[in-house]
Amino acid sequence: MSRRRHSDESDGGQSHKRRRTSEPIEIEDRLESLICRVGEKSTSSLESNLEGLAGVLEADLPNYKNKILRILCAVARLLPEKLTVYTTLVGLLNARNYNFGGEFVEAMIRQLKETLKNNLYNEAVYLVRFLSDLVNCHVIAAPSMVAMFENFISVTQEEDVPQVRSDWFVYVVLSCLPWVGKELYEKKDVEMDRLLSQIEGFLKRRVKTHVPMLQVWTAEKPHPQEEYLDCLWAQIQKLKKDRWQERHILRPYIAFDSVLCEALQHNLPPFTPPGHMPDAQYPMPRVIFRMFDYTDAPEGPVMPGSHSVERFVIEENLHCIIKSHWKERKTCAAQLLSYPGKNKIPLNYHIVEVIFGELFQLPSPPHIDVMYTTLLIELCKLQPGSLPQVLAQATEMLYMRLDTMNTTCIDRLINWFSHHLSNFQFRWSWDDWADCLTVDAEKPKPKFVKEVLEKCMRLSYHQRIVDIVPPTFAALIPAEPIFYYKYAIESNSSLPGYAVTITVSNAIKNRASNEEILTILKELFILPPLIFIMGKKFQFHEVLKTLTESDEGKLHILRVVYEVWRNHPQMIAVLVDKMIRTQIVDCAAVANWLFSQDMAHEFTRLYIWEILHSTIRKMNKHVQKIQKELEEAKDKLEKQQHKKRDSGDDEDMEKNSEDEEGQLEEQIERLQEKVESAQSEQKNLFLVIFQRFIMMLTEHLVRCETGSVDISTPWYKNCIERLQQIFLMHHVTIQQYMGTLENLLFTAELDHHILAVYQQFCALQL
Amino acid sequence: MSVKLNALCSDSYVDISQYRDQHFKGNRYEQEKLLKQSHTLYVGNLSFYTTEEQVYELFSKSGDVKRIIIGLDKIKKTACGFCFVEYYTRADAEHAMRFINGTRLDDRIIRTDWDAGFKEGRQYGRGKSGGQVRDEYRQDYDPARGGYGKLAQQQRAPEGRNSF
Repeated sequence: MSRRRHSDESDGGQSHKRRRTSEPIEIEDRLESLICRVGEKSTSSLESNLEGLAGVLEADLPNYKNKILRILCAVARLLPEKLTVYTTLVGLLNARNYNFGGEFVEAMIRQLKETLKNNLYNEAVYLVRFLSDLVNCHVIAAPSMVAMFENFISVTQEEDVPQVRSDWFVYVVLSCLPWVGKELYEKKDVEMDRLLSQIEGFLKRRVKTHVPMLQVWTAEKPHPQEEYLDCLWAQIQKLKKDRWQERHILRPYIAFDSVLCEALQHNLPPFTPPGHMPDAQYPMPRVIFRMFDYTDAPEGPVMPGSHSVERFVIEENLHCIIKSHWKERKTCAAQLLSYPGKNKIPLNYHIVEVIFGELFQLPSPPHIDVMYTTLLIELCKLQPGSLPQVLAQATEMLYMRLDTMNTTCIDRLINWFSHHLSNFQFRWSWDDWADCLTVDAEKPKPKFVKEVLEKCMRLSYHQRIVDIVPPTFAALIPAEPIFYYKYAIESNSSLPGYAVTITVSNAIKNRASNEEILTILKELFILPPLIFIMGKKFQFHEVLKTLTESDEGKLHILRVVYEVWRNHPQMIAVLVDKMIRTQIVDCAAVANWLFSQDMAHEFTRLYIWEILHSTIRKMNKHVQKIQKELEEAKDKLEKQQHKKRDSGDDEDMEKNSEDEEGQLEEQIERLQEKVESAQSEQKNLFLVIFQRFIMMLTEHLVRCETGSVDISTPWYKNCIERLQQIFLMHHVTIQQYMGTLENLLFTAELDHHILAVYQQFCALQL
Repeated sequence: MSVKLNALCSDSYVDISQYRDQHFKGNRYEQEKLLKQSHTLYVGNLSFYTTEEQVYELFSKSGDVKRIIIGLDKIKKTACGFCFVEYYTRADAEHAMRFINGTRLDDRIIRTDWDAGFKEGRQYGRGKSGGQVRDEYRQDYDPARGGYGKLAQQQRAPEGRNSF
């Protein structure tokens, strides 16, 4: 009513009205931009920017309070690396407007409940940390924060809950202490001591069977790969011993102390942790990746020790920056390199360590592997005088420790290093690695170099690789990737089958019908010519399909593919992929072939495992696709039934909708069958794979024991870690079949070396 | 409660570029719609000697590649420095735009861009001489792309002139 009166009174009525409706959106965008950008590079100091922004927001509170609340809650959740900047801002707002401070705290609690309900545990950590830092800004009263922590820690007393649930609540409390430990201890030291002692008790009881499966290196030296809660506990212990003196975290609120301590504080409402739900997905346990210490950075600032809280805070912040900006590689690199306080730490070393830590993380990196390669290249571009050297130093260290590195991590190192080299003209001081030439070729170091050179060749060409390595490395250079087709060498015209081959090739060139070709082939049972043509143009697959209807046929064609293309692993992978997609072979056939005696000599090569994992992924995607179709059909039926209910009683409409419903129900039944059949195929695939592993490993262990030989051969290390890799890379799918696996395969009669892998996997409580 | 902050949703490597295919059958709006849903990338600045295998190896790093179509000189039917890479999913193609675009293949910085979808005939260069348009007029010497640009080649050794 009043708005209309305004526009009547004004001069350019229409235009004024139009401006009024678009303005709020512009202002909201501006507010969002102002809040998101505070703390970035600026000509003014951070303090004066915060002061200015607080003034602007205070003025906008009457009209835009809800929007401001929402934006501040969002940055608390999505920009954890700028935590203290935003807690200071909230502190200033609370000092100016007590009610707003209260509403913000309430909004945060609501958001915390939401994130926990939606299994967003990592974001929930950032929210709790934000709340705890608000104690430092005089927004939240310390005793009420302690009370929340006490409620969190009481979770450790719950019975019959997954360990990962209690883990999370303990982690949240400990990870807040670098920020707020000092303040909480000053106000409530007795309660805090009790809290820490309860945590200590829990950590002592904690089962850590899962740790070996997650470690990047099995060796304790030079850097133990610590379980994440153990490491954090040691860091907090040290912080406590140092009387909670923490000097790394940027705390803008200190400059505003005189203003903030005049503010009235709010009490957190009592917060009961939500109960355990069966479908809860708590974060997986982790191992802290360390590859550098203070001895590694030759000049400049010293690297904080592994149990210093500074190390924890730096690593946390760098991980958060990557999480926020991974899609934008230039921004990500720039943000990493402009880390506040960078002059006091060897930042390049921290960045390289955090990036490799993510790349080697088990079960899988937080982001797609190729992102890390490109991010490191961007960092090298921005710091060409220093970062490439740190990266070279890191590569050298990783090479030196290959003997105890997890096979999955070695795979990722091979892929990263070869891709990285391909961006820098393959320049590397290979001679430094001449030691790999003097040991058994199956050992990790020569194997690594061989696989790297093979990948480098795939990104370039054979002669290039010959040119870039010293002549002494000739034995490690991959074979030239040509097809091996004994029938195609014209000079060997006396070879049996040559005449036949010409006949078939001519038939194909003359566009003989599929039936005619099939007849010739069946009479002669010659497949190689088809495969040669197959490599370049994938046609005549109906012909192949008929030939491979039996398991024998499928195995035969896989063998022939290998025979012809064995010097070109990439081609084998492409052909196997195509044959699965066109249903010429099924996934189980591929698995059986890879584990067969024929392929035993290739068993430790990387491309074999790439084919196997790719096959499993295709199977999984297939099941998911049909499940999705089923869900969509079910949704359609539900909508149809709602429509019928709402549409009233038009007789014609009722008959039509009944027909449609009938069709949908039929479709759903068909899809249900399809899903069951696909899941059965999927379960069978895993059974085949695990059975084969168990057979091979048992054979090896028995042979070693009867011969009194050490079981730890390079082959054994590779094989047992590949078994681990199957569990880790496909844990989501395997979870569904745990019952069958335990009853049929991973029983107590199994050799304990093999059973241990299964037990470690169960201990992850994924 | 959960709000998407525009300032934090930046994904600029995935945005469509200014380029629009002049031969596209349809209007600008239709082309843009296809580009925003596409699973296919145009890849440019390849060496003439770069093979399908090399392209496959590099682009597989962002996901499963469905097919590769090497760009050909319309007259000579030889590789002329570009290709199309088609993925099974949009997500995999987006990763390629974010992490493979602007990096090197065969020592050359390659450029990827969204393509509205391969159609027969689009595998040929559109330059007068049969290759790509950009190789018609460029003045630099690029040994991996036939040396000098076509126009520059003609200027350097025009037909029918005696040399002493």
